[in-house]
Amino acid sequence: MSALKVLSSPHQHSQKSLSQLMLAVCLATSLGLLAQLYFFGIGVLIQIVLAISTALACEALVLKLRKRPLNTTLKDNSAVLSALLLALCIPPLAPWWVIVIGTFFAIVFVKQLYGGLGANIFNPAMAGYVLLLISFPVQMTSWLPPAELMPIQLSFIDQLSLVFTGSSSAGLSLEQVRSGIDGVTMATPLDTIKTDLSKGLTVSESLAQPIFTSFAGAGWQWVNLGYLIGGLYLIKARLINWHIPVAMLSSLGLCAVVGIMIDPDTSAGPILHLFSGATMLGAFFIATDPVSAATTNKGRLIYGAAIGILVYLIRTYGGYPDAVAFAVLLLNMAVPLIDFYTQPRVYGDTKDS
Amino acid sequence: MTLFYALIALGGLALIFGVLLGFAAIRYKIEGNPIVEQIDEILPQTQCGQCGYPGCKPYAEAIANGDDINKCPPGGESTVQKLADLMGVEATPLAVEEDADNTKKVAYIREDECIGCTKCIQACPVDAIVGATRQMHTVLIDECTGCDLCVEPCPVDCIDMLPVKKTVKNWQWDLKSIPVTTID
Amino acid sequence: MESILEQIDRGIIWDTPGGVHPQTNKSLSTQTPIERLPLPQELVLPIKQHIGSNGKLIVEVGQHVLKGQPLTEAAGHWSVPIHAPTSGTVLDIKPMPSTHPSALPELSIILEPDGADTWCELSPWPDFHAKSNEQIVDRIHQAGISGMGGAGFPAYVKAQPTHPIEYLIINGVECEPFITADDMLMREHAEQIIRGIEVLRKLYQPTRIIIAIEDDKPQAIAALTKACEEDHNTIVRAIPTKYPSGGEKQLIQVVTSMQVPRGGLPSDVGVVVHNVGTIFAIYQAIFEGKPLIERVVTLAGDTLSKNTNAWLLLGTPIKFALTHVGFVPEKWQRVIMGGPMMGFTLPSVRLPIIKTSNCVLAPSQNQMPFPGEEQPCIRCGACADACPATLLPQQLLWYAKSNDHQKLQDHKLSDCIECGACAFVCPSEIPLVEYYRVAKADIKQAQQDKIDAERAKERFEARNRRLEREKEERNQRHQRGRRQPNNNKASETKKTNDAVQAALARAKAKKADAVNDNDMAALREERKRQAKLYKEEKRASAQETSTKEDAVAAAVARAKAKKQANASSVSSSTANNETEKESQKDAVAAAIARAKAKKIAKNTPPDEQSEPAIERSDNTSKADDPRKAAVAAAIARAKAKKAAKEPTSDAQSESAAERSVDNAAADDPRKAAVAAAIARAKAKKAAKEAPSVEQSESAAENSDDNATADDPRKAAVAAAIARAKAKKAAKEAPSVEQSESAAEHSVDNAAADDPRKAAVAASIARAKAKKAAKEAPSVEQSESSAEISEDNEAADDPRKTAVAAAIARAKAKKAAKEAPSVEQTEPTVESSDDEMAEDPRKAAVAAAIARAKAKKAAKEAQSKKHGDEN
Repeated sequence: MSALKVLSSPHQHSQKSLSQLMLAVCLATSLGLLAQLYFFGIGVLIQIVLAISTALACEALVLKLRKRPLNTTLKDNSAVLSALLLALCIPPLAPWWVIVIGTFFAIVFVKQLYGGLGANIFNPAMAGYVLLLISFPVQMTSWLPPAELMPIQLSFIDQLSLVFTGSSSAGLSLEQVRSGIDGVTMATPLDTIKTDLSKGLTVSESLAQPIFTSFAGAGWQWVNLGYLIGGLYLIKARLINWHIPVAMLSSLGLCAVVGIMIDPDTSAGPILHLFSGATMLGAFFIATDPVSAATTNKGRLIYGAAIGILVYLIRTYGGYPDAVAFAVLLLNMAVPLIDFYTQPRVYGDTKDS
Repeated sequence: MTLFYALIALGGLALIFGVLLGFAAIRYKIEGNPIVEQIDEILPQTQCGQCGYPGCKPYAEAIANGDDINKCPPGGESTVQKLADLMGVEATPLAVEEDADNTKKVAYIREDECIGCTKCIQACPVDAIVGATRQMHTVLIDECTGCDLCVEPCPVDCIDMLPVKKTVKNWQWDLKSIPVTTID
Repeated sequence: MESILEQIDRGIIWDTPGGVHPQTNKSLSTQTPIERLPLPQELVLPIKQHIGSNGKLIVEVGQHVLKGQPLTEAAGHWSVPIHAPTSGTVLDIKPMPSTHPSALPELSIILEPDGADTWCELSPWPDFHAKSNEQIVDRIHQAGISGMGGAGFPAYVKAQPTHPIEYLIINGVECEPFITADDMLMREHAEQIIRGIEVLRKLYQPTRIIIAIEDDKPQAIAALTKACEEDHNTIVRAIPTKYPSGGEKQLIQVVTSMQVPRGGLPSDVGVVVHNVGTIFAIYQAIFEGKPLIERVVTLAGDTLSKNTNAWLLLGTPIKFALTHVGFVPEKWQRVIMGGPMMGFTLPSVRLPIIKTSNCVLAPSQNQMPFPGEEQPCIRCGACADACPATLLPQQLLWYAKSNDHQKLQDHKLSDCIECGACAFVCPSEIPLVEYYRVAKADIKQAQQDKIDAERAKERFEARNRRLEREKEERNQRHQRGRRQPNNNKASETKKTNDAVQAALARAKAKKADAVNDNDMAALREERKRQAKLYKEEKRASAQETSTKEDAVAAAVARAKAKKQANASSVSSSTANNETEKESQKDAVAAAIARAKAKKIAKNTPPDEQSEPAIERSDNTSKADDPRKAAVAAAIARAKAKKAAKEPTSDAQSESAAERSVDNAAADDPRKAAVAAAIARAKAKKAAKEAPSVEQSESAAENSDDNATADDPRKAAVAAAIARAKAKKAAKEAPSVEQSESAAEHSVDNAAADDPRKAAVAASIARAKAKKAAKEAPSVEQSESSAEISEDNEAADDPRKTAVAAAIARAKAKKAAKEAPSVEQTEPTVESSDDEMAEDPRKAAVAAAIARAKAKKAAKEAQSKKHGDEN
């Protein structure tokens, strides 16, 4: 005996699923991730493991409390992606509780309390990041110099113990580990420029610092290149639309060009802007988070461009060396407005074109 | 002296803005629907009188004058919600329990039993029943609002309130309610 | 700047927004030529198979029809006829499940083929050029041709464009996966299609005719190119395979670059589009004179042993077609009418092929997996990229879920063509189209409701104005009347007033009643009947009525019904058994069963079992005697009503009245109506004169006594009075209703022995009960008095015991009302009923026991109540 099933059309499906999509985005970070691992050590991986396990635990907990189906939601990989992105933005040797707090906040408060996947206004990873940056500025800016500039090579055990106990197996603190050969604490390229400018140095003088090798700062340039390639793959695979990254990168680049033309002494060049900090990660993986980004194509262009401009402005005039997280969060707030005013022309509509 | 200047300046500003606002209030006055009309728009116009008023308009007037907004069972919770939005008050649950099934119903006269007393005709608020004394009456289904008012007066109880028939035309794409059948 | 025409001639095609590329799976069903199936056992032909309105039936049940003979004729706007697909007999004309996602029934003609397949007389037009355009359009209309691509737009409407047509586009795109009906038709009948196009060329005089075919159908393209070689005004255009290029608006843009304006028709931009299937049907209608009676249907899917195309007669049951190609269903089988993108699953396979059915798809789960669980929308926008109407499906989903009609309309939900591209690409597997369909239906309903409300308001206001005016007029008349000096004339005026009013009412009714509009004969008849009724009523009120027998008969019927009902108290199936014994009783019993079932249904969640049983008993009762069935029905109704309306006591007395009416009606409807009217009138009058209750009551009692004493006829009258009293009492004391029912019981029981006396007894009992109820506060007293009377009666006459029992029951019920906890006593009372059937004396005892119990319970309840109050 067989029964007739009544279902809604269409009966065929493209067979792309949510979890596949999320997983593909996760995998697309791998090039950048490898670069980060190479330059900043295995600590990155520790952070990622910490973040993902915290995220899954938090998500499971909240889903249980909200009495939602656990299995399908956990399997959609969205929490994994958020955690991964957050972990990639965290200094690799930051204490373990930093990433745990950040992930907890991102998943529980920013994502689930707004109604779970699809209902959150803000990008969870970036909101978590900003919370950490504001609450724990020291830990959050304690980036290691790239491996090539590291005075001491840290073993996996060293890094593990730094993350969990705050000192390496040799008893060195993070601060000591971070110090360069000359005993001066190393910073990220963007941080370096910011500090130097505040000291009255010009950009070209600052660029003479050891951290600036080749085109945009040791290590960071390769990391960014990795994310760029990963991002291009995402666009090629139609997993993200080109609008947001293209708009964001070109507006950031354009601002930098204009800046350098107006005041070459205090402005970093477009290459430096594009290939340092979280620019590429932000452009391809963070700003494109579909849930919190604009959804119309025109809106996406506006959204991306505004992020680019904000990133430049905050980097140049603001108090923080990098600004992707702030810019993304600010634009998240503007998304409903953008979407409302950028509705596409409906097919055959003759009134507005 | 400084105080004097400050007073003059502030007073002058106040005067200018006052005039501006006054002008704007008159010049750009919006001729909105009177509130009663707006309320009446929201009410379902069944004219059933279940609110205790003889029709929807009187109830609309009563609401405008501060009566409760939860006295309209035919409108259901959605009407209460709309009224609450309009009146800027809290939406309260319906005063009368809503029927378990709030499917729209209309009156049918079992015509072979009708004795032609015209009582239902007199009761019908929208003149949806036709007929004459000692003649069989019938309900104009399209005009019937399902208010129930004709059922009570009927001396022979030949009026039924029957749910509006589902047809292909007014089907609501409720796939889940389609019974499962087997292939044999 | 190159004109569009030049660009078209250069072979340029344009792109449309959105679209998806599902797997086409077309080659499955193109391996074999179009088949012909044997004649099915039975054809089911819905009389409406297209967009628009029904045709008018022109055949009758039992009529023999020939193949191609029209079964309906066009009536009204956008209606096209249907024809007999083969010769045979019309078995039935009734609503049958329709080939629609809901399968809701639609009026259908059921045709049994006679196997001869004889054509009716055909009149082919080999040279259609000699005919006028009007004649051609009419032929297309009469052949019942409606669009065969999807929606079923009547072809004759399209054949009369309001704008000059520049491009005639022939839609051979067939973008839905799996479907190859048009493909095969083009391959096999290219010549005929070209000739069909000639007909349309004459109608439209277009600049260019463009036959658009997706480039995955090279054979069809080749066939048509070859067929129209020498015609340089006809272009066969291969267009890229993309879903949904076959959509009318999409296709127009692909081949002409023009977008049809929102809410507009293709003819607004000088284009008309016809499906190749429609063209072939037009060819047949014109050159062969054949109406549309069959079509090519693709039968595809994994669960069929053979995927193919077949010529199926309209009305062929889908099951028949599927069986023919080796259908082996899975455990959960989808049978899809149409393609996988826009087709709908059929809730049944016993549905007919209709004019718009292009494909029946029976995929396995392997071939087309069931959708996964719906996950939240992540606003990825894949749907917006796929949407051919450039809508924002993700926003629409959001608003559809929150039921925000305004926003949905702002986002142009109405422009959604439900193509399914959005749901196809959605990574969260959200059934977006389903959401939109529901939302669209909701919006439509809301708009309709709004219109209805507006009209109701207008009518209400008009009525109020009318009432106002009438009041005014009445006042004026009164004033005039007062001015009349002569008193004698006043009454006359009144009479005329009445006459005027009656006339007015008549006029009004006449005006309102559109059906009987100016049927003078009916009016006369009506007047005559009125007069007669009036006379009869007069007689009745003078107590010379001839209805007493009816009333008695009614009582008997009631009694019997009761008895039976008691016997078969719970299971209505017993009613069935007794059917065989006595059909009359059975009918009544059935009704009661029905009523009970209704009651049960009202009180408890729907009891599905009882319903069929009711139906059964219903049927049997109907089979036996329609008249008695009516009686039964009336009783059932009354009971149901009672059950439904327990709080308002009025209803019961009314239903009692009704019962007598209906029963009487069984014998003589007219008299019954009169009797009913009288009874009712009395009841109401009595109810009105509430203050003088005591008097009327005593009077009633007197009359009762008299009635008992000398004449059974008067019993009926007495009964009526009693009823009136009951009503009065009921009005005054809301809690008394039980007493009434009790009274009725007593009537019934008593009636079993001697109908006439029983009626009287019943009325007395009723009256007493009423009185008792009235004096509710002093319940105890009345109860004791009742007891006394009972005891006496019980001693000497079994009949009276019945009465007594009834009273007891009444009391018990009263008690039950006062104290919800006393309900246990009721069953006991019921059981006493049963016993009574066996032995009156025992019944009396039982009643007494019941009484005692009820009393006790009532007392307890009262004390409890007091306790509660304190």
